Amino acid sequence: MNAPIKLTPKDFATDQEVRWCPGCGDYAILKSVLGVLPDFGVPRDKTVFVSGIGCSSRFPYYVSTYGFHTIHGRAPAIATGIKLANPELDVWLVTGDGDGLSIGGNHLLHVLRRNVNMQILLFNNEIYGLTKGQYSPTSRPGTRSPSTPYGSFDPPVIAAAFALGAGARFVARSIDTLQKHLPIVLKRAHDHIGASFVEIFQNCIVYNDAVFDDFAAKDVAAERQIHLEHGKPLLFAGGRKGLRVKPGSLALEVVNVGEGGVGVGEVLVHDETNRILATMLATMEGADFPVALGVLYCNPAASSYDAEVDRRIKKRVSPDRRAALTRMLARGATWTVS
Amino acid sequence: MSTAVAYEPERLDRRELESVVVRFAGDSGDGVQVTGAQFTQTTALAGNDLATFPDFPAEIRAPTGTTFGVSAFQINFGARDIKTVGDAPDVLVAFNPAALKVELKSLKPGGVVIADSGTFTDRNLEKAGFGDNPLTDGSLASYRLMAVDISQRTLDALKTSGLNKREALRCKNFWALGLVYWMFGRDRKPTHSWLAQKFKDRPDLGAANTAALDAGHAYGETAELPEGIEAYVIPPAAIAPGTYRNITGYEAIAFGLAAGAQLAELPLFFSSYPITPASTLLHALATMAELGVTTFQAEDEIAAACAAIGASYSGSIGVTSSSGPGVALKTEAIGLAVATELPLIVVNSQRAGPSTGMPTKTEQSDLYQAVFGRNADTHVVVLSARSPADCFEVAIEAVRLATKYMTPVILLTDGYIANAAEPWPLPKIDTLAPFPVKFRTAPEGFHPFLRDPGTLARVWAVPGTPGLEHRIGGIEKAYDSGHISYEPANHQRMTDVRVAKIAGIADDIPLQTVDSGATSGRIAVVGWGSTYGPISRAVDNVRARGGAVAHIHLRHMWPMPRNLGTLLAGYDKVLVAEMNKGQLATILRAQYLVPAESLSKVNGQPFKIAEIEAAINRLLEQ
Repeated sequence: MNAPIKLTPKDFATDQEVRWCPGCGDYAILKSVLGVLPDFGVPRDKTVFVSGIGCSSRFPYYVSTYGFHTIHGRAPAIATGIKLANPELDVWLVTGDGDGLSIGGNHLLHVLRRNVNMQILLFNNEIYGLTKGQYSPTSRPGTRSPSTPYGSFDPPVIAAAFALGAGARFVARSIDTLQKHLPIVLKRAHDHIGASFVEIFQNCIVYNDAVFDDFAAKDVAAERQIHLEHGKPLLFAGGRKGLRVKPGSLALEVVNVGEGGVGVGEVLVHDETNRILATMLATMEGADFPVALGVLYCNPAASSYDAEVDRRIKKRVSPDRRAALTRMLARGATWTVS
Repeated sequence: MSTAVAYEPERLDRRELESVVVRFAGDSGDGVQVTGAQFTQTTALAGNDLATFPDFPAEIRAPTGTTFGVSAFQINFGARDIKTVGDAPDVLVAFNPAALKVELKSLKPGGVVIADSGTFTDRNLEKAGFGDNPLTDGSLASYRLMAVDISQRTLDALKTSGLNKREALRCKNFWALGLVYWMFGRDRKPTHSWLAQKFKDRPDLGAANTAALDAGHAYGETAELPEGIEAYVIPPAAIAPGTYRNITGYEAIAFGLAAGAQLAELPLFFSSYPITPASTLLHALATMAELGVTTFQAEDEIAAACAAIGASYSGSIGVTSSSGPGVALKTEAIGLAVATELPLIVVNSQRAGPSTGMPTKTEQSDLYQAVFGRNADTHVVVLSARSPADCFEVAIEAVRLATKYMTPVILLTDGYIANAAEPWPLPKIDTLAPFPVKFRTAPEGFHPFLRDPGTLARVWAVPGTPGLEHRIGGIEKAYDSGHISYEPANHQRMTDVRVAKIAGIADDIPLQTVDSGATSGRIAVVGWGSTYGPISRAVDNVRARGGAVAHIHLRHMWPMPRNLGTLLAGYDKVLVAEMNKGQLATILRAQYLVPAESLSKVNGQPFKIAEIEAAINRLLEQ
């Protein structure tokens, strides 16, 4: 038997012209995904990319695996059907903040709750791009858009907190421009058995440019990002700052570490199996707090929904289905007319 | 399994009847449905043909004794071919005043009322809205009344049973059943056996119900009966030899889908969301894991349709099911299945609408929705089932057409067919013609929208097939490559081919036949779906009197059979009887320019034979 040929990122690219705006964050995400796909050793024919509608949802056309560009918000349901009908497929779901959290919020909730084994990449650009710039469910209050000319005022949904609330067992975050960080997060998501939720902050250069600059820009990154690592202290700003539980309260606070501040021993150690900690990290708000990136939560269940459905069918299915149908038809009361 | 044998009734002076309609009615807790099911079983064993319908209240647990809590079960049985559950009951068994209040108006003039007088207390009479007691005030004088204190007689019969009063009273339905068994000369043995089996863990309850059944029967034999109450015999019907069972529409669809999937050699994936009256199909298929059936209760109607599409994409036959409002939610997903040319079956158990309408009442008002109800030129196949047993064949046909033509198929049934039951000769699965699906596996020359030149169906290439990796979606595809295309001429061509593919199915379905009557002449009554029974009987009745009328019943609603236009043109008048405001009539006029007239009924109840007969007679007199 021949050893499987090692594929390269190029093997996973298609011949289709990529039609995102020049400078769109989606290019960087595509590059990261194409970069990690060969590492999984999953053949192209066993891989399926499913998407809904929106800029992000064009993604499947640019990956040379099987791909299904479906309808707005419904990709989680279609991906669930794909996975239930053939649990051997490696399913990736690509969605956006409007697709996944507005029109498809219900489906996203349930695919996470059921824990269907797939990777869910939510490109969050806090805006509707394909429909030309309306505010989205993740837009910050005050967002001026064609549909909110005087500024939006409804509170946004925090994607990672939504996922945790839905019962997701893997929740992670990264940024389109973090080309070293994002592939690591994608690999962790793929390794996790069950629904893996990855929120990727993605810059929309046309309708919401620089909206993440307050934490994603290079000059503030160190002060405003905390890169989570399981078992490591929650430090950022080059180790000068850390997160700890505010004494006498169930809340996080930022503390200075080292000279003039607290010892590292007082800083919380990241435990990615702790849902409460993950939720606190996901919901940190305010300029003092950093934005948590990396794996917020990873706590695999014993089995995934699709594996369980498959196991239950296999346990009950008759080796001779035709004979079983004949038997089933005659079950209960029958009578013979001669 | 039992064998139908001529059971010798104990009295020979029974009056012979050709057919009888009996309706049992009472509180939800009175065991009306169990009583009906047992009567059905023994009636089948007696060799009669029959049709049954359970009429449940909309409320899950209505307060006892209220009119909106009345549950009923109707059976029509006879020595002849039985096609409907009967226009009006000949015999009404009323377990309480509310049941009498609700059901009396449908009873035939002069019909038999058997009422449990023990329940006609002041309080129950008031709850049912009776001023005076109808059993004693003479208001039932035009009926043949048999008022018996069934409650007390049941208690008397079970004095030594060891049951407390409450438990003993719950056996009164079997006392009433025993009396009805006597009235129609039914054998009690099958019910004795059933009770023994049913209560094998509570033999005291089995014995008590058996004792109640026997006591009711003995009462009929020995008591001095009121004027007009007598015993009957209904000779066996001429029924083709074979092994039979009773089947409801939803069971037949479940079996048909499972059989169809086996004939297509595909796994069956069924996803749906609870809705009345369609949920029973989900329940039935959920018990079929033995056959490899996967069922998925989705988070909503849209997800149910989408999961089925995902499963079809993966190489199963994806099926979803709902009623009108739920199918409306699935509309966009059906459009996706049309655009991506994936097989999908959508079962619509129609109910009275619009909006929530009357969920437990039947209607046929989703024909427009099925044929036309989507954005764009989104043609799909539409089939309809005419009776509970017919659902089996139609479900198989749905799988055949969906997989052969890579298209959604909408299967229309309704709340009546789904729950009604009739005897059904067990099909022999091995004799059904298989139609195995061949997935595309060859990479040479592949693109996802390559078409079979005959059927125009695209290739079905499922994930997991090496070398056929491809992308599909709702965006228009290039005819020659399957890539995204906004080319004007290409969209014209793709729209044309999608429409032509569905239209071409007319060459792959049987020509329309005439169910009864001449193939041309004065009047054709055209129907579809569950109106089959009443139209068929009405046309037979008129023809028996020499009326020149024919019955044409459609199964393939879209596309329609090739010869339908010519066939209809051969009649002077076309009368379309349907439970909506003229939907098929409109489609027939549009398709064939025939002057179709509409006979419409939308009160949540099936047509009565008499209503259709009257309409035919009116046309004949014109």
